[in-house]
Amino acid sequence: MAKVEKKRALPDETLREFLRDMLLIRRFEEKVEERFRAGELPGFLHVAIGQEAVAVGVCRAMADGDVFASTHRAHGHTLARGTPPTAVMAELYGKPEGCSHGYGGSMHLYDLARGNLGANAVIGGGLPGVVGAGLAYKLRGQEHVALAFFGDGTTNIGTFHESLNLAQLWKTQTVFVCENNRWAESTPGWQHSPVWDDMSKRALAYDMRAIKVDGQDVEDVYERTQEALEHARSGEGPVLLDVDVWRLHGHYIGDPQVYRTKEDIRDAAEHHDPISHLRERLDVGDDEFEALDAEVTQVVEDAVEFAKNAPDPEPEDALKNIYA
Amino acid sequence: MPELSYREAVRDALATALRGDEDVFIMGEDIAEMGGSMGVTQGLLDEFGAERIRNTPISEMAIVGAGIGAAIAGMRPVVEIMYEDFLTLSLEQIVNQAAKHRYMSGGQITVPLTIRTQGGAGWSPGAQHAQQLEAWLVHVPGLKVVYPSTPTDVRGLLWSSIYDDNPVIFFEHRLLYPLKEEVPDELEGIPLGKARVVKEGTDVTVIAIGPLVHRTVAAAKEAEKDGISVEIVDPRTLQPLDEETLVESVKKTNRAVVAHEAVTRMGFGAEVTAVLQEQAFDWLDAPIERVGAKFAPLPFAPVMEQFVIPQPEDVLAAIRRTMGR
Repeated sequence: MAKVEKKRALPDETLREFLRDMLLIRRFEEKVEERFRAGELPGFLHVAIGQEAVAVGVCRAMADGDVFASTHRAHGHTLARGTPPTAVMAELYGKPEGCSHGYGGSMHLYDLARGNLGANAVIGGGLPGVVGAGLAYKLRGQEHVALAFFGDGTTNIGTFHESLNLAQLWKTQTVFVCENNRWAESTPGWQHSPVWDDMSKRALAYDMRAIKVDGQDVEDVYERTQEALEHARSGEGPVLLDVDVWRLHGHYIGDPQVYRTKEDIRDAAEHHDPISHLRERLDVGDDEFEALDAEVTQVVEDAVEFAKNAPDPEPEDALKNIYA
Repeated sequence: MPELSYREAVRDALATALRGDEDVFIMGEDIAEMGGSMGVTQGLLDEFGAERIRNTPISEMAIVGAGIGAAIAGMRPVVEIMYEDFLTLSLEQIVNQAAKHRYMSGGQITVPLTIRTQGGAGWSPGAQHAQQLEAWLVHVPGLKVVYPSTPTDVRGLLWSSIYDDNPVIFFEHRLLYPLKEEVPDELEGIPLGKARVVKEGTDVTVIAIGPLVHRTVAAAKEAEKDGISVEIVDPRTLQPLDEETLVESVKKTNRAVVAHEAVTRMGFGAEVTAVLQEQAFDWLDAPIERVGAKFAPLPFAPVMEQFVIPQPEDVLAAIRRTMGR
């Protein structure tokens, strides 16, 4: 891969932390795939392998007190925001020690203390909520921002349009992060949107500021997100981040991806892996990388051990937490 | 004691909450300058300003969803859906988001949101402006559902709904807005989940909601001419349901009728019937009767509309059937 010539704003030390976070998410999700295939994890799961730079770049740019809503592809966002791997893994195993105490699962990861207002299994389901939270911060004079992650497929659902319109109309403290991986499940972008290769056009209709982002470049994600957050925080209005990103694996674990060519899958892995990209940029040698890999792999192994050994909930706990 | 209409009583609860609590604000379609399609929010813009009395675009999903987000962020929003027919547009946010955030988060999230809406037939608006959809909402764990029938109740229950930490769907009935009644000097919350015995009686209990409370009062007067003593109970809150008061009344009278304006089939009354059957079977001297709309969309022509929706005579006929007359 050709080296990207670019002035760096972030110190290497910070970027190395980002690399560790991204690698942790990668190893975590690979382990989740493995344990799911082994039949240990109930339900069904979606990994975001290839999209780690978005999770880390965005979540690292957020400030204390900022909140976000996520999607069915939420492991990375949740880990990047600082929820311990043990708590995320325990949730996937359906344990009370999990970040949603076993009530949510992979598609409903929550961590209110870290501003995670919940991963949503309904496309576009979380978008109106971040408009409301962004409105509340504005009304109360609080300098927080509410942010939503979603994919390109979401740009076709009503909540997306109602939310962007209302957010811009009221200049709520909101940031919309469109992770455009060019797949809505199995449907390619060109089959689902007339502006599939440039989602920033969606913002034009609402007179909203849009910023294009290279989602394979964590530094670009971090800097553009900071810019968007500051814009929203200052009361100038919401921002749509149009993030180009590559989904290296299928829609769900076990997806044979019959709708995608082998060449495309191989090309994505070889040329669009954000971890390889960052490693090269930082000139991380084999020894250093292996040491880092061993460290995060151990974190993941420990998380699995923790989750497996954690007690199950009592069946009748199902009747708790329905009402406040 | 001041006399307030049902409409003024809703407004009074809103204004009192807005006056005393910076975290309360309201939003909905045409609620500001126009004062809402039913005139409920008239005058609130002048007193509280456009930051807190927020006109929205025609975006039911965003209205409810923004309410959810503001509630999670610590406020107590009251949102208005102009007609309950339009609740259908926001059902995803109500059913999947508002009702489930607390549960899916294992108790971390609180959604103190009140969703006001209104509906009801009797003025020929046709099939998309007068449905009664409360049965759809009582079926969803995580929601509270309130349906007051009088000015006193609507004021006290709206107050309690605003200050409840759960999402509340608050149904008002269009034909009740002009109804006047003396209300307590001071606004006091009426606890959610407490039924009200509207009128005591000994022969048959009619469990009625919304406008059917008033149609049952009319029917009961007729029944009493025949020597039938009718007890009327208004659950007021449909979820949670005050089963105890309902069951105790039926154990006393040994006969029951359930009455609402919504379609009878699969309606709220069907659930009440099941509750009574489970908890008061041995006390029942007659099959439980149900009164509601016939199984049809609401028609436009006034004679057809009146045929479809339940009238006092329908309640009276049901009362008589339980008495074997």
